[in-house]
Amino acid sequence: MEGCLAAQIAARHPSKIVPSQPGDLIYLLSVRISNMSTSSPAIETRHLRKTFGDKVAVKDLTLTVERGEVFGFLGPNGAGKTTSVKMLLHLTAPSEGEGYLFGAPLRDPKVRQKIGFLPEHFRFHDWLRADEFMALHADLYHMPRDLAHRRIPELLDLVSLTPHAQKKLREFSKGMLQRIGLAQALLNEPELVILDEPTSGLDPVGRRLVRDIIRDLRQRGTTVFLNSHLLSEVEITCDRVAFIKHGEVIRTSRLQDLVEGELSVEVRLRNLRPEAIEGLSRWGRQVRLDGEHLTLTLGSEADLPSINRYLVEQGADVFALRPQHISLEDLFIEIVGTDGGL
Amino acid sequence: MSTFVIARLTFQEAARRRILLAALLLGILFLVVFGLGFHYIMQDLEKNIGPSRLMLNEVRNFLLMAGLYVVNFLTAMMTVLTSVDTLSGEISSGTVHTLVSKPIQRWEIVMGKWLGFAGMITLYLLMMGGGVMGFIYLRSGYVAPNPVSALALIWLNGLILLSISLLGGTSLSTLANGVLVFGLWGVAFIGGWVEQIGAYLPNSSASQTSINIGVITSLIMPTEAIWKLAAHNLQSPLVAALGFSPFSSTTYPSLIMVIYAVLYLIVAVALAMRLFSRRDL
Repeated sequence: MEGCLAAQIAARHPSKIVPSQPGDLIYLLSVRISNMSTSSPAIETRHLRKTFGDKVAVKDLTLTVERGEVFGFLGPNGAGKTTSVKMLLHLTAPSEGEGYLFGAPLRDPKVRQKIGFLPEHFRFHDWLRADEFMALHADLYHMPRDLAHRRIPELLDLVSLTPHAQKKLREFSKGMLQRIGLAQALLNEPELVILDEPTSGLDPVGRRLVRDIIRDLRQRGTTVFLNSHLLSEVEITCDRVAFIKHGEVIRTSRLQDLVEGELSVEVRLRNLRPEAIEGLSRWGRQVRLDGEHLTLTLGSEADLPSINRYLVEQGADVFALRPQHISLEDLFIEIVGTDGGL
Repeated sequence: MSTFVIARLTFQEAARRRILLAALLLGILFLVVFGLGFHYIMQDLEKNIGPSRLMLNEVRNFLLMAGLYVVNFLTAMMTVLTSVDTLSGEISSGTVHTLVSKPIQRWEIVMGKWLGFAGMITLYLLMMGGGVMGFIYLRSGYVAPNPVSALALIWLNGLILLSISLLGGTSLSTLANGVLVFGLWGVAFIGGWVEQIGAYLPNSSASQTSINIGVITSLIMPTEAIWKLAAHNLQSPLVAALGFSPFSSTTYPSLIMVIYAVLYLIVAVALAMRLFSRRDL
């Protein structure tokens, strides 16, 4: 029975550590089984709301993050991203609404057994040595001692901090602290990792390290929830993104659809009747005519010929039709607007 | 289980901080000064007054009570100075975020911190109180009445201050918390003296008011009343008859005050747990 389940686990997660003692196996199994039997999404929120007195930090957070996906959370400063993350981890209690992590309510601490978190403003007990720090967090995860003893060096190696294992954290640079913060989040082989601006203090080498780790997590089926300002990072790592503005999720999309699908189109033409412009909203958004230049945003390349035909049928003289793929940054600004930040 | 992880962390942190080292050195310095002082005073008295045991014991008792009065004070000081920052500092720096996001209940964090500091207070008191009483015994073979209950009451004082310090830490900054705890302690101290003086005035309304003030302050913060009980238990009968002394008093609380103090402590810790559980971090 044990062997059969162990084989299933090994098949699903080939790069996982192999339990070498019965105690480890039972421990891993007991935590896995509770997750295997349900099919709840990793994160599910319904109308989560947070107010501080009169101020509304998060107006309405409704989203679902499926197991195994890398989900990006994008928004301008002050949009409520960090408050949302805090509500997910019950650092802050929501004023209204409900949320679930793997089907368990947010306030239940047991589910955090398999959740790793790296805060945005990471601060740790700096009088601890790096290995002691990892041991502390392993204890807080209720990890068995020998499992911790094997896991800690593995993780320190993963984030390239092995030579600094005996040093006190107060001697660490910001980048090193961020890396050990990431290591701590991965200690208990989490099912969900929540990263709030995980690359903010890192140099390009560090950022690539984090990207590689996220990619590796994804291969293992770990869900990753990522808060980031660095759109280039999000573009490379995420499956889906949500745009948040003024404490509300404005849009959620698969990144592939967003970036590959969307185009901005610029048409140079003359003699287009203003009434004809409305007809264009059949295919595109944000239609604007400025003298000879018509711009609009299309959902896909396939609509280009239809647009062309329509314009000609409406009696316009089309001189040039220029499609261009939107970058995530342009999309961000388009969706969120330039007025959204603080 | 998680509670003990936090307790161990708290103990380790306190042990590595300089403030504990300072409290320890100060404590040892005090013990040395006390020891030397006691030794020379006794030497002098034994030579001059002669072997009147009663007289010698009175002096020994007096010095022991003076010593324990300082121990009470130093224990209070150490408790507050080491614990005032524990929650406030972690909350304001954000260090608490990676703790609270683990599979741990908020109350376990408060309890763990309480246990960690309680352990430290216990060791400190054993060293200091044990040092004072142990030295006196070794030097002159004198044992005061009720030594264990006296130490237990000083221990209770430390735990009360610790509980208030944690309670304040859930909601206040380190500085505000320090002001709160020392402020309350000061109120208790003054109230105790007002009551003491009131007890000596001839029966009058002023005397009664003074006593009432003392009672009220001891309800606000029982530390002074608890010390008075400890002192009363320690004093020799002659000192009791004489009445007034800087380290003891005629008015002393009953067992009810001890029960009140224990309940006070429990309520403070429970309230701290509740406030911390609800706090947005």
